Amino acid sequence: MTGKTLLIWGTALVVFAGLATVPLFAGPYPLGLMIGILGYAILATAWAFFSGPTRYVSLATVAFFGIGAYTVGVLSDVMAYPLVLLTAAVIGLVVAVIVGLATLRLAGVYFVVFTFGLTELVRQLVTCYEVNVTRTLGRYVFLPFGPEHIYWQLLVLGAATLVIAWWVRRARIGLALRVIGDDPVVASHLGIGITKTKLTLFAVSAVIMTLAGAIQAPRWTYIEPSIVFNPTVSFLVVIMALLGGPTRLFGPLLGAIPLFLLFEWLSANFPNHYSIILGLLFIAIVFVLPNGVLAAGEKLFGRLRQEATP
Amino acid sequence: MSLLSLKSVTKRFGGLTAVNGLSFDLVAGETVGLLGPNGSGKTTALNMISGYLPVSDGSVALGGDTISGLSPDRIAHKGVARTFQLVRALPSLSVGENVLAALAFRRNPLWGRDAEVRIETLLAQVGLAGRARQPADSLTYIDLKRMELARALATEPSLLLLDEWLAGLNPTELRAGIDLITSLRESGMTILLVEHVMDAVRALCSRCIVMNTGTKIADGPTADVLSDPEVVRAYLGVEDA
Repeated sequence: MTGKTLLIWGTALVVFAGLATVPLFAGPYPLGLMIGILGYAILATAWAFFSGPTRYVSLATVAFFGIGAYTVGVLSDVMAYPLVLLTAAVIGLVVAVIVGLATLRLAGVYFVVFTFGLTELVRQLVTCYEVNVTRTLGRYVFLPFGPEHIYWQLLVLGAATLVIAWWVRRARIGLALRVIGDDPVVASHLGIGITKTKLTLFAVSAVIMTLAGAIQAPRWTYIEPSIVFNPTVSFLVVIMALLGGPTRLFGPLLGAIPLFLLFEWLSANFPNHYSIILGLLFIAIVFVLPNGVLAAGEKLFGRLRQEATP
Repeated sequence: MSLLSLKSVTKRFGGLTAVNGLSFDLVAGETVGLLGPNGSGKTTALNMISGYLPVSDGSVALGGDTISGLSPDRIAHKGVARTFQLVRALPSLSVGENVLAALAFRRNPLWGRDAEVRIETLLAQVGLAGRARQPADSLTYIDLKRMELARALATEPSLLLLDEWLAGLNPTELRAGIDLITSLRESGMTILLVEHVMDAVRALCSRCIVMNTGTKIADGPTADVLSDPEVVRAYLGVEDA
């Protein structure tokens, strides 16, 4: 291991340890904000390590998120919590594989529309099951967790997501994904199994999203399909990843922090115009920063350095 | 024994038959030209060999194994590599990464330091020595073609398909391109090239197959084929032939 690598891992560990102490001194509101930021940072990072290089814009984020939350809602009374998380991950994986096999051959707008439709389908199926079979729409989630426990679980999941995203970027499968994103025809002629590669990373991404939903379920105490399958979550995740830069390791994380805080402020102060402002913001980001803040920053830095060179 | 064998290969797009009952064999080590006017079905034939298009009828075999019906990645693993009529670089990758993409996913993958060494060798072989870190989208047209060739060679193919690889080059570049393919031929590689540049065909191919409207109309030694009245008619039209 080189000195530089040691320094990077050492810094990461110090940051992780520092973040782990936040619940010891932060009040309920800042801790709630931190949980929200972490939740979205995880979703955006998991979204970006599949959708960033492949450019397959998935709007299914909240489908997996909701599956995770609902699994906890249904099973937390009858199973130990770690088993509930494991079950949620397995359900997320199975759904991702089925959806992936059916949709990953689609490209462009067809994939976007399908993933959006999938979220609605899952929401309607859960609603239909609850109304007709269990005769109740909502579920109560009573787990002996405080916000700090949710925060620590999310922190571990967030760290694991970043490590996976970092590893994917360095591994052969990450290169395969970039090649597929650039030109799937070339990828297949170079020996890359396109469906297998896309399915693997789509499934990993989906499992992380499912776990993010499962871990956050106890926050709401009461869940119902309209809360945990809210399509706005999928759109927010896309905006966050695009703002930070979906092809950068820390891009989605850097996009999630300011946008989450902005959304909190907007929804508190402009509850009736929130959606309009959100739409305008989405358009502005796509036009002004198509590759994200990090890429724009690097470009600006490069230009300044060029100008400084005589 | 033939390396590549096409038997009555047909490709239909709805009511249009682009390739009709095409049969030919390539012997290992041969460099063969696949000629014909635009729209005669040459690229479609190449696409069926590489698996980009499924055959409608007939079969393609490589080294005795049927490869028609397999996906392009599996055909690539069996030893078929190709370049494209319109250069297909991977624009977000560097020149070296374009070649790495081939090394990393071939039958016996290379990764890490071994791959870096091999990338330098391959780039030097096609005239791009020391350019590995350059962004692929900053290359000139001829250099993109060189890179695409290095990428195809990186898969260690037993059969190389070149689709108009020499088209659009100026005379100096053309000379360099012909020399490069000559060096591949001399290394014993089997090459099937679709080409319109007749000087290159004469310099490189001992044998030519000519197609017209999806059908094979000639197959034999290059000099004989190029003077065949039917071939001349197909290229120039009845009145000008």
